Amino acid sequence: MFTIVKKINLSHEVHWMDVHAPYIARKAQPGQFVITRVGGMGERIPLTIADSDRDAGTITIVFQEVGKSTMIMGGLNQGDHLDDVVGPLGLPSHIEKLGLVVCIGGGIGIAPVHPVARGYKEAGSKVISILGARSRDLLIMEDEMVKASTEVKICTDDGSCGQKGFVTNVLEDLIKEGSPIDVVVAIGPVPMMEAVSKLTKPYGIKTMVSLNPIMVDGTGMCGACRVTVDGEVKFACVDGPDFDGHVVDFAELRLRQRMYLSEERDAIETLTYVSE
Amino acid sequence: MTDKNSSPPKKEKIPRQPMPEQPADERQKNFDEVPYGYTPETAMLEASRCIQCKKPRCVAGCPVGIDIPGFIKAIEDGDFPESIRVLKESNALPAVCGRVCPQEDQCEILCVLSVKQEPVAIGRLERFAADWEMEHGEVKLPRVEPPTGKKVAVVGAGPAGLTVAGDLIVKGHEVTVFEALHKPGGVLVYGIPEFRLPNVIVEFEISNLENLGVKVINNIVVGKTFTIQELMEEEGFDAVFLGVGAGLPWFMGIPGENLNGVYSANEYLTRSNLMGGYDFPRYDTPLKKGKKVAIVGGGNVAMDSARTAKRLGAESIVVYRRSKKEMPARIEEIHHAEEEDIEFHFLTAPVRILGNDEGAVVGMECLRMELGEPDDSGRRRPVPIKGSEYVLDVDVVIVSVGTGSNPLLTKSTPGLELNRWDYIVADEKTGATSIPGVYAGGDIVRGAATVILAMGDGRMASGAMHRYIMGEPEPADDPEDDSKEA
Repeated sequence: MFTIVKKINLSHEVHWMDVHAPYIARKAQPGQFVITRVGGMGERIPLTIADSDRDAGTITIVFQEVGKSTMIMGGLNQGDHLDDVVGPLGLPSHIEKLGLVVCIGGGIGIAPVHPVARGYKEAGSKVISILGARSRDLLIMEDEMVKASTEVKICTDDGSCGQKGFVTNVLEDLIKEGSPIDVVVAIGPVPMMEAVSKLTKPYGIKTMVSLNPIMVDGTGMCGACRVTVDGEVKFACVDGPDFDGHVVDFAELRLRQRMYLSEERDAIETLTYVSE
Repeated sequence: MTDKNSSPPKKEKIPRQPMPEQPADERQKNFDEVPYGYTPETAMLEASRCIQCKKPRCVAGCPVGIDIPGFIKAIEDGDFPESIRVLKESNALPAVCGRVCPQEDQCEILCVLSVKQEPVAIGRLERFAADWEMEHGEVKLPRVEPPTGKKVAVVGAGPAGLTVAGDLIVKGHEVTVFEALHKPGGVLVYGIPEFRLPNVIVEFEISNLENLGVKVINNIVVGKTFTIQELMEEEGFDAVFLGVGAGLPWFMGIPGENLNGVYSANEYLTRSNLMGGYDFPRYDTPLKKGKKVAIVGGGNVAMDSARTAKRLGAESIVVYRRSKKEMPARIEEIHHAEEEDIEFHFLTAPVRILGNDEGAVVGMECLRMELGEPDDSGRRRPVPIKGSEYVLDVDVVIVSVGTGSNPLLTKSTPGLELNRWDYIVADEKTGATSIPGVYAGGDIVRGAATVILAMGDGRMASGAMHRYIMGEPEPADDPEDDSKEA
């Protein structure tokens, strides 16, 4: 049993949870993820660890309600528990002291980029973070990102907060200003990671993305999370989730993420019946 | 006492008793177990066929060395509690083994009756005794030795690990089993389908171990949550057994393998069995059921996948590059699959998988093969027939062509010697690895094998682990192996 010690609703459908998982908290490194499960018939849901506190024995997960399982999880509150939390899985992000690192978080992707930004900053790098959201009310973890970064730039699709536009517009400005960027880390929706990778490629700026394909066990056993990177098939759960954005086959990843769209709709319908 | 081996009295006249099964046309539509099991009367009749050899050859064929004539005699006498007691002396999971062991290649093949007629149905009798105990709730736990104060960690709650746990708990050691998934059982729960091995049976066997004092902790990935070094140095375990399974699925490396609707058999079976995907949307994990499903491969896992797909309402086609004779699956599994109207395309190899704009599978192009010269494995090598390409109009493809070593644990363990296929190198007589106090067995040592071989490895390692923990010497190598005399 993994008790939820704190829950904050960051928006209508985005939730922050601190979960008591001392073994995982002790080991968690930036870039790693956990798999959670709720209820005897629940799915295994991979979620990147947004933060961890060794002393309190907690890890932070931030998730968006996108399907039946995340909706059920979103309905849980402080004092409730998750049936299963396993991790930390995946390889940690490679972090070192560099001159300038740009950490880009798009929407819910701000949560997983948070520990990476902090890691780079703690290693002595200058970190400029670019946070993007559809609108001000969907922008999450601004305060945490301010602490984890040297400088934070914000943009929203509708201009309700920060610059109006996309993270790529902000990044392009930085590049054109001649900022000596050593590495870009981009985490968010697949189209956003793809757009960032496309933008940086001609400039030869190393760009790491954190992939979130469909997973089951998360330990390399099933191969559900296979992605094509530089023409080779990789399992995101054990070979990643971080990969070089310039050689990821994003088109394939986009299609693979849509594999169960119709089933997901059926599942949500059953949820409606249950709650009625 | 007269030697029963010579001139067995009239027992030869009783034929091997068949086990009633769900009719093939009915069972294609459900996930209930296929064989019903023996009634007490049938079991006693079958048991009476055993001529109680003084030097039973069957025992030598059992990887865990069950006293086969002993438990069968008890069934013949109607003393079912005694039969299960004898079984449990050497087998922690009799209800599992009675169902999934390849007895035809192990104990039964050596049965002296098989010279003139069919061998005693040892597997069916084992299953009967175990099921009888479960139904009657009269579970007799083996005697546990006084506590030794020693701690053992078992990594992986599959057949190898559970055997080690069962063996060492009765020796008085404190045993903790660490399981990576949210449910213990390993391949018994994620791999083998309900219709072959119901999950309640695995749960029952594991609850017996827990009643003996074995602690099972789920959601711990050793190599990630803890390293082996931490288990030994910080958590105070005196010895560690690694039974993590092999697990990393192989794909064929042909175009289209990442299309939606292509599964590894591991993923397909895990979604169906462990996650309950066969009962989606009651369970949350979805599974593409497909209208027509191709299963590539000829092993037991391929048969399990094909029979699962059939039960989910699909037309199910097994595509195998050699002929039926070379199939590595158990004869019984192939037979069951054939009865269930599963189609077989032998001497056929997939060339590429075809998809539509949405990235979904719409077909699989195959090539006919013919058998050429024998290869390294002694089996005749399949050679493609030019121009024989054809397309199977399938919408799901299940790739069941084997698994490789999962590097997750081995990579995190410096000093652990691996062979050239990255499996753990373990001593053939003790299971000892290159790290003192660390033992290994099952698929992570052998590559993909069987449940009972994994259990045999567990049995062997548990003895050596006990001696290691207690500071007892290993028995001297005896060139005259006594098991051959038995």
